[in-house]
Amino acid sequence: MPDPQSPLAQASIDLFNGALLISTLIVLGVGGLLAYMMVRYRARSGAGEPTPDFGNHKLEIAWTIAPAILLTVIAVFTFPALRAQEVDTSKAAGGGTPDLIVIGHQWWWEIRYPQANVVTANELHLPTGRQLLVQLEGADVIHSLWIPQLAPKLDNVPGHTNWMWLRADRAGTYQGACAEYCGTQHAWMLIRAVAQAPADFDAWLRQQGAPAAAVPAGAAAQHGAQIFAQRTCISCHAIAGTAARAVVGPNLTHFASRQILAAGVLENNAANVTRWLRNPQSVKPGNLMPNVRLSDDELRDLTAYMESLR
Amino acid sequence: MSAIPLVPEPTAALPRLRSNEGLLSWVATVDHKQIGILYLITTIFFLLVGGLEAELMRIQLAQPRNTFLSPEAYNQLFTMHGTTMIFLVVMPILIGFGNYLVPLMIGARDVAFPRLNALSYWLLLFSGLLLYYSFIAGGAPDAGWFAYTPLSEKPYSTTPGLDYYAVGLLASGIGSVAAAINLIVTILTLRAPGMSLRRVPLFVWMVLFNSLLIVLALPSLNASLVMLLIDRQLNAHFFDALHGGQPLLWQHFFWSFGHPEVYIMVLPAFGMISEILPVFSRKPIYGYGFVAGSTIGIVVLSLLVYGHHMFASGLGFTLDLAFGLASMLIAVPTGVKIFNWLATVWGGAIRFTTAMCFALSFLFLFTMGGVTGVMFAIVPIDKELEDSYFVVAHMHYVLFGGTFFAVIAAFYYWFPKMSGRMLSERIGKINFWLMFIGFNLTFFIQHFLGWAGMPRRIYTYDNNPGWDWMNLVSTIGAVILAVGVLVFIVNVFVSLRRGAPAGDNPWNAWTLEWATTSPPPLYNFDQVPPVRSRRPLWDLAHPEQPDYQPPAGQGGHNQ
Repeated sequence: MPDPQSPLAQASIDLFNGALLISTLIVLGVGGLLAYMMVRYRARSGAGEPTPDFGNHKLEIAWTIAPAILLTVIAVFTFPALRAQEVDTSKAAGGGTPDLIVIGHQWWWEIRYPQANVVTANELHLPTGRQLLVQLEGADVIHSLWIPQLAPKLDNVPGHTNWMWLRADRAGTYQGACAEYCGTQHAWMLIRAVAQAPADFDAWLRQQGAPAAAVPAGAAAQHGAQIFAQRTCISCHAIAGTAARAVVGPNLTHFASRQILAAGVLENNAANVTRWLRNPQSVKPGNLMPNVRLSDDELRDLTAYMESLR
Repeated sequence: MSAIPLVPEPTAALPRLRSNEGLLSWVATVDHKQIGILYLITTIFFLLVGGLEAELMRIQLAQPRNTFLSPEAYNQLFTMHGTTMIFLVVMPILIGFGNYLVPLMIGARDVAFPRLNALSYWLLLFSGLLLYYSFIAGGAPDAGWFAYTPLSEKPYSTTPGLDYYAVGLLASGIGSVAAAINLIVTILTLRAPGMSLRRVPLFVWMVLFNSLLIVLALPSLNASLVMLLIDRQLNAHFFDALHGGQPLLWQHFFWSFGHPEVYIMVLPAFGMISEILPVFSRKPIYGYGFVAGSTIGIVVLSLLVYGHHMFASGLGFTLDLAFGLASMLIAVPTGVKIFNWLATVWGGAIRFTTAMCFALSFLFLFTMGGVTGVMFAIVPIDKELEDSYFVVAHMHYVLFGGTFFAVIAAFYYWFPKMSGRMLSERIGKINFWLMFIGFNLTFFIQHFLGWAGMPRRIYTYDNNPGWDWMNLVSTIGAVILAVGVLVFIVNVFVSLRRGAPAGDNPWNAWTLEWATTSPPPLYNFDQVPPVRSRRPLWDLAHPEQPDYQPPAGQGGHNQ
């Protein structure tokens, strides 16, 4: 695993390393003992039956108690990590306002910053060095937010709010995924976490909070905006500052500023946007966006419009 | 004037299919040996089907962004692979061995309820066929073997696959409960004179507690399947959050069955190992009392730990801690068994038969699966690695390297009794090495894939560093493993025709099933030898040093 970048993930990794060491010793011990016995106690021709040995209670009690003690020690080490990782739900649900709300959809992530009124998708930004309170929701089926380097995973359950801590101590881009099987395109339900210095994060948040231009620059993009409004797009997607307000699919207000397309199946660039719009079902089979059968001209202009949403 | 019986009285222990009424006698049989063999044939058939599904998945995963399978196909395959292996292979293959062996081991003529026994078997076969009929009926189940709601509810799974899943598993679940009750009553009431419960072979002991666990755990699954069916067919909302239902309720119900199920799939394998290791080490089991007693501990604890499957669902600190501690605790009775088995081999005279090779490798592979199991009891580790390939590696080490290697050992050990012929040791060694190497190649590297962040149940993946070659290695291992399994099948067919005659007791073993002919006659025993210790055949062969007269200093705990 790439190095953990938060004390939350580090706590799990430290425990894992300890457990791995003990486990390796046990496996090597058992394996070594087996290998020794296989050589030492191989049946020799002519030798009679070995002396029966029906057991020894003292020895057996010893190897019952020894693992119990070892496990007690492990349990003691587990306790503080568990305490640190888990959100005290009684407090969080009462007075806590989440910094972030992450909602799992089939098969993309909706990410809301309720204090800044920002909505985005599949790309989670966070300021370095601050522990964020994250509220997890499931829109349809159960999903699970897992960004291994930043925090242990937790499920997005419909009708059941979960709370987790999220933190990154170093700026960078971290890969994440949906960890709970959620149907056809579970494989392509990735998420990218971008940790930025607090000033950069604030700038990003301000930029994301601005609405899109009502009339984009350039004839192609303007035509693209018309296609967006007239064809099926508008019935699922929202673009702040325009008439598009639907909340079925990802919010596209600052679509072109994102790194990944369709929850990770493609990098987000103009060529891939065209490819996606031409037939989403060939790029990510089974996803919920239909093929709206655009002509080449329409594809070009709609792509231009999407690329204008920075 | 007597009525003409519809089904003729059986005349042979193993009637040939081509003989007069041969087929009829197999279909209509209520004999535990024939039913046991039917169980084994059926489960091996489903093993090949489930194995084929796994191979197809491994081909799809051999390289990143592969398009060999569609996501829909992949999701159906992994669902059916898990469901098949758990409900149609591992669990019933162990019941099948229990069926065949328990009456012989306790010196009985048959099980307590022979007709119920036949019903259990036919429920298994037809539940399997029902489950697989879904492929033709519009699509196999595709929500995982665990069928989490609401993904398994009508709005998100529109094919009839999950209805077949629910009905199929309900049928097999009823069959399993019936089989378990049958085995419990058999063991409690039909033991030969002298065979107290503290003298039964450990396989019988494990089957007894396994059956108790089935009776305790399966109803929870059966009830939740009925609720799922009501949701899907009658538009109820038990598990549907939109209408006030609770999706997590399914997980609580399912895992309160599902975790005991893990032990249901391993306890009889513990029994097999406890029979095979002593015979091929030429020593009695070390600490019968501890091996048997720790099983009771496992059964009790297994009912209290199911929550460790749900750590990532947000149980909260208190439940996480409670389930984590209980899960760690279960390592204690399991560890006792490992130590006692090692001590059984210690100082013995090891005969490296194929059965022993599989049994010894069980010890190693099960230990590996066990230590990673303890890791998942440590909640912060679980929350990192849950639902990653680390779990896939862990559970295959337990269920394949553990249980299934024990089952193959059991085939090599008891096949001579069942068929009257030895399985070829030469082919057996090839079988062993192919499976051992193939298994480790397939699954060991999956620990690292999980560690590198690869989630389970994904039909494809991006070209992340290392994921491509590690997956390729795993796929190559899976092919070798498949060849190993096929070699086993070949061995069965070859040995049935040309295997050396077994004789009554080819391994010089000590339990009652070896006191009768191979294959045993219709009514199992002409005469049951006296049972005065746990090893009646040792006592017969060694009148100078019988177990029931222990040498000084070995205070009698061998009786």
